[in-house]
Amino acid sequence: MEPEQPSTDTEHESLHEETHLPPPTLWPIGFAIGIVVILVGLIINPLLISTIGAVIAIVFAVLWARDATAELRGESLVVEPERREMTEAGEGMTAPPADQQGVALVQVPETAVTRSVFLEGATLGLGAAIGGLITLPVAGFMVLPSFVGQEQHKVDLGPIERFPLGKWFIATFIVDPTQGEVSRRTAFIRNNGNTANPENPSEQVPSFTIISNRCAHLGCPVQANGPIGQKYTGVPSFKEHTLTGPAEFKSVTPAGYGCPCHGGQYDPEGNRIAGPPVRALDRYAFEINHGRLILLSTYSVSHVEGTGAQAKIYKYKEVGPGEHVDGPEQVFYPINPPHH
Amino acid sequence: MATTYRRKPTKAEIRRQRMEELVTYPLDWLEERSGLIGGVRYFLFRNVPADINWMQTLGSAALTAFLVQAITGVILAMYYVPSAATDPHTGNPVAWESIVHITDDLTLGWLVRGMHRWGASVFIILMFLHMGRVFLFGAYKYPRELNWIVGVLILVMGMMEGFTGYLLPWDQTAYWATVVGINLNGTAPFLGPWLAQFLRGGQEIGGETLTRFYSLHMLVIPGAIIGLITLHLYLVIRLGVTSPPWSKEAAGMEPEEEEPARLRPGLTRPVPRPSGASAMQAEPGGQE
Ligand code: FES
Repeated sequence: MEPEQPSTDTEHESLHEETHLPPPTLWPIGFAIGIVVILVGLIINPLLISTIGAVIAIVFAVLWARDATAELRGESLVVEPERREMTEAGEGMTAPPADQQGVALVQVPETAVTRSVFLEGATLGLGAAIGGLITLPVAGFMVLPSFVGQEQHKVDLGPIERFPLGKWFIATFIVDPTQGEVSRRTAFIRNNGNTANPENPSEQVPSFTIISNRCAHLGCPVQANGPIGQKYTGVPSFKEHTLTGPAEFKSVTPAGYGCPCHGGQYDPEGNRIAGPPVRALDRYAFEINHGRLILLSTYSVSHVEGTGAQAKIYKYKEVGPGEHVDGPEQVFYPINPPHH
Repeated sequence: MATTYRRKPTKAEIRRQRMEELVTYPLDWLEERSGLIGGVRYFLFRNVPADINWMQTLGSAALTAFLVQAITGVILAMYYVPSAATDPHTGNPVAWESIVHITDDLTLGWLVRGMHRWGASVFIILMFLHMGRVFLFGAYKYPRELNWIVGVLILVMGMMEGFTGYLLPWDQTAYWATVVGINLNGTAPFLGPWLAQFLRGGQEIGGETLTRFYSLHMLVIPGAIIGLITLHLYLVIRLGVTSPPWSKEAAGMEPEEEEPARLRPGLTRPVPRPSGASAMQAEPGGQE
């Protein structure tokens, strides 16, 4: 069983006549790697990494050129023909066709990974890896900014002396000056006077009721049901240009709040009394800073017992409109998106 | 194109032949390199049941409505500015002002915006009529179930176009309709609040919601619709058109006597094609 000898002269001749193919070589791969290293180095560290890349590229380019010109220079390349040892035909093997008996054929057991299967897998695997590398950051950019880095905006509503005791105001204010008019929000504010600090009962702190006008059904703006303005309430309305932008306060005597969209109704404390809303109106947390009323973020409320400074508020983390915070339906909203 | 003449052709005949070659040569050229002419022929001149009726044009009507939306939309995008910022001179939002500008100032802007605005409803209505036709004709049955599903996806995408497009005028109606729409999504169990926050681009509706809806409205969803329509048409061509339920032919009865062809082949009727010959050789008038 003589293995094929590719270096016999006659065979060479006939090969030349058909097509002139350069001998197989691996050097271009190394050359390509060198080029990549140069390019990466140009970004990271032109001096060191690009130099290394240049060395790699040059070495492989020389080797490649040597291979490619071997024939011209008269060096005959001896390429080992690819072959595997003939083994006894066993189970799962195919016998070579009769006319090729005696030639060292590749005997492939059915379970072996053939070259084409390997290449197929490698193409798919590499494709998936490249696709993933490109897709993941892009998908992350699409989705993540909506959820991370949500800032809390503090809104200054001016000195607390401007709010007479026990009187309601419809306050409109800009939450985020960079967003402008679109971040204008409305809240209903009442000064409840001083009350004992729950953490330190001997101390008296100011108490405010600040109800958000976002309907707890689907987020429409609820309106105060009641007369607006000094003529009816006896309390002057006022405007203020505070540290965070313009704010307007209209005096009102609400008998409750009503939603224009689907008719949800609330009492003056924000409890739902009719219609599709699923809980009470949200409220704003606040702080008093140097005698000024500062709005913080909102929180959700299932319901309120009592009124004014003595009210017992069932507080929950801020959730979207239409989400139940208590009752059996709350199991449908186990994890909420991060909130400032 | 080898043409044999029994007698010497007259000048007029030669001129005529030259003119024909002027048309057939580029078509031939294209066909030889792409097969596109044959493909288009295959698409346009396929066989349909003899007793189809006008109801079966509702799908093409919906397709035309979509094309009108696509074209007018591209043109509107040349003038519309998706910005929630406030114009310092007028105090109005830039997006809203750009729409006022399209409607009131630009030549024929009112018409193109009107076509896009009313065409949106036409598209949805035609899709529903088409769906009704398919349902009543039983054309959703085996083997066309998959095409029904694809059609439903197109309908859903069309509605999403309506939802995202509604915000773009950036007026009170647009704003509050979108507030309610997004919060409606937000009440879906488990993932609803996340979906709502994704659509808003944050916790509150603002400039980012507008740009996001604009991108969805003019790039993402139309792309999806185009892909789905392609699939829909492919399935129509592959599976063929259904006969109406009252079809005698489909019920296995003898088809009515065919009327003799009055029109010459090629315009509305398939060209009889010699087997093995390329499409162009059968071009009427191309041979003696
Ligand atoms: S949004 Fe208020 S009742 Fe529906």
